[in-house]
Amino acid sequence: MKNFALAGNPNCGKTTLFNALTGSTAHVGNWPGVTVDKREGIYKGGAEHASIVDLPGIYSLSPYTPEEVISRNYILDEKPYGIINIVDATNLERNLYLTTQLLEMDVPVIVALNMMDAVEKAGDKVDAKKLEKVLGVPVVEISALRGTGIKQLMERAVAMPAERKGTSVLKGALGAEIAAAQAFYEQEGQSSPLFHAIKLLESDELELQKKGAKEALARAAGGADMEAVIADERYKYISSNLASAKVKGEEGQLTKSDKIDRVLTHRVWAIPIFLVILFAIFHLTFSEDLFYIGAIAEAAGNPLPALGDLGLSAGGEMALGLIYDGAVFSPGVILTNLMGLLTDNITLGFSMLIEVCGGAAWVDSLVCDAVLGGIFAVMGFLPQILCLFLFFSILEDTGYMARIAFVLDRIFRRFGLSGRAFMPMIMGFGCSIPATINTRTLADDKERTATIRVIPFFSCGAKLPILTSMAGGLLSVFGVGNVDAITYAMYIAGVCVAILSVLLMRNTTQRGETPPFIMELPAYHLPGFKNLMLHLWDKTKHFVKKAFTIIFASTVVIWILQSFSWGWEFLLQDAQELFEADPVKWASLQDIEGLVNVRANESILGGIGMLIQPLFTPLGFGSQLTAFGWVFAAAALTGLVAKENVIATFGALAAIVAGQYIDWEAEEGAVEAAAAMIGGTGISIPGVISFIIFNMTTIPCFAACATARAELPEGKFKWTLLFWICTSYIVSCAFYTIGSWWWTCFIWLAVAAAVIALIVLRNLGKFDIVKIFRRKKRE
Amino acid sequence: MATKFLSEFTVGESGKIVRVTGEGRIRRRLFDMGVTPGAELTMRKKAPLGDPIEITIRGYELTLRKVEAACVEVELK
Repeated sequence: MKNFALAGNPNCGKTTLFNALTGSTAHVGNWPGVTVDKREGIYKGGAEHASIVDLPGIYSLSPYTPEEVISRNYILDEKPYGIINIVDATNLERNLYLTTQLLEMDVPVIVALNMMDAVEKAGDKVDAKKLEKVLGVPVVEISALRGTGIKQLMERAVAMPAERKGTSVLKGALGAEIAAAQAFYEQEGQSSPLFHAIKLLESDELELQKKGAKEALARAAGGADMEAVIADERYKYISSNLASAKVKGEEGQLTKSDKIDRVLTHRVWAIPIFLVILFAIFHLTFSEDLFYIGAIAEAAGNPLPALGDLGLSAGGEMALGLIYDGAVFSPGVILTNLMGLLTDNITLGFSMLIEVCGGAAWVDSLVCDAVLGGIFAVMGFLPQILCLFLFFSILEDTGYMARIAFVLDRIFRRFGLSGRAFMPMIMGFGCSIPATINTRTLADDKERTATIRVIPFFSCGAKLPILTSMAGGLLSVFGVGNVDAITYAMYIAGVCVAILSVLLMRNTTQRGETPPFIMELPAYHLPGFKNLMLHLWDKTKHFVKKAFTIIFASTVVIWILQSFSWGWEFLLQDAQELFEADPVKWASLQDIEGLVNVRANESILGGIGMLIQPLFTPLGFGSQLTAFGWVFAAAALTGLVAKENVIATFGALAAIVAGQYIDWEAEEGAVEAAAAMIGGTGISIPGVISFIIFNMTTIPCFAACATARAELPEGKFKWTLLFWICTSYIVSCAFYTIGSWWWTCFIWLAVAAAVIALIVLRNLGKFDIVKIFRRKKRE
Repeated sequence: MATKFLSEFTVGESGKIVRVTGEGRIRRRLFDMGVTPGAELTMRKKAPLGDPIEITIRGYELTLRKVEAACVEVELK
């Protein structure tokens, strides 16, 4: 089977063409060593099948971005049968710049001239025949969006002769220099000598690493700066020879894209419009009161009836309950409810199956509570994660994302980041997983690392219950505070920690110049439905795979830790057997079914909790607490699997502490459980706040960790874990100590001042810890 | 002919590039994006906070920061 590499600029319809060529055969992997998608598929539309590799979108073959290096090495080392170079006909000049470089390699090239419909619509014309003659390789007109011309493109592609010698448009102007450099490579027996020769003349970093290359460059160029000349000559050749293939229609009125742009990047309105769009995305994904219909009706003195008051049948209530309860739900919440209905029924089915087969109660607990419960808890996020992905992909595909970066770059540069870092961070408020994956739009490794590390500080949806229930518990036990105010303040605190961490990292471990911000602002256009769906499908596969591997393993481990004592005694007991003797208590426990754990104190988890409990003493939830104090330590541990587990752990134990069953899955129940734990353990107010902050800033859930590990550059993950642990520890400690003894703020300020002074001195080169340490050692 | 740096342009001004300076990586990137001597450009707009800027060059829209624009010397039309 002949294999082809698909190459072209970003935003030229390359992904659309790839999808049209390969359809359902496509699969996504990673290029080795970097987190750039590698997509492969098979074209089955012609007599002869062909495999297609989608190279990343690039403007040039300089070795400055990972995308460029990947594309270049793939073509040179893997030697595909041919290159399909997709060219945006609406922007010939810049697109052909890459083409001129591809032509210099000893590989057959075919040009796919895309978006001809848009050119014609604008009243212009591109002469494909003429282009073919000038370039010396086949040129085929296609429309990737409509799928026209693709068959012809592939027919001509597979018919190309297997051998082709590289040609250059620079030979006219720089013939002598190129010949001299080429001689060097030919002598070395290098393939594609012409390509390498020209890259050498450009003083290309990768070429100069080769032995003898520097001398060869000096001989060929005689010390002249060829870089500007070569780029200039390419463009000159394009405008004089190739652009003539393009006939311009009447000089342009403002296009639709320009008109949209005028509004969206308006001097005054740009930022408000952006905030509204952002709010709308989160509203459509997470709100349980779509467009505030319920709140508006209530304000108008005519509240909508609650679901239970409608007098529906059980089935009707279940069906309507998916979309309505006193207010209409947002699409994200409706999908989550659907997912919940599905997973509940699967769990119920398994439970019944186990009972029919005569399985023991512990099997039911392991399968339904631990394994399915764990996987479904994570799967429960999938609808909302996909909603976020969908909205953000639409923003990306329409070209708006690039404008957001344009508008916000100024603010972010202050922290040593580019405007592009904003999107992943803000997505973090929804879920860290899509946010972390979205950092792929950042070109600079250090910027990416710093961004990925602070994403968990933007408190995600799953952490919200911790905030509200702990704040609620605080209110009901101590009678202080206001749930909304505390929740809001904690979100702000998270953002502040993120900003401080980025500043700190960009000045110490992740130091480096602010990456350049030179990028295309693509014309606005409607996103393709098929592309969006394929994109979402990729993400779903990825996420489900993760949920079924790492989450599966970790939930089983946690279940074992909770259910067994150190002597491997099974601790769960049948609720009915346990409480039946006490009719009054049993009456208050009507809802319990199956097994309960009233001996959690003896469990392995309890043991570990007690063991690590002293570590949390400086944070206010360690050894100073009474009997069940270890629950905070244990909850922080179980929270690593999924943040819901924090409240679930409270729920399980609150039943014992408070002596009554608490349905912690209901909102009021969660507050009750938190209140029971706060009241029962004697934790102080600063201790509670410190516990919230700790959970917000510590290691995120396993799914997010796994994503971060995949996305971070090699070897950075362990340091990232350490960073999360240290940050949460220090920040919580500061909150606790200052909250308990106000004067300690002076100590913290002094320490902070000292650290800042040290960093500044070090960055000025006046002071070097490493050097001083080494000197001491020598003495 | 009067020349000035792209970073000093006001919205609506246009001209022809005379020289591109700057450190290796930025200069290379500018070249690859079509910012080469001889190319004509028009300043389209500034971001709401005054930086970066947007220009039209070789028939498309390009954005760059003022720091980077300071590497581009332009002959005014």
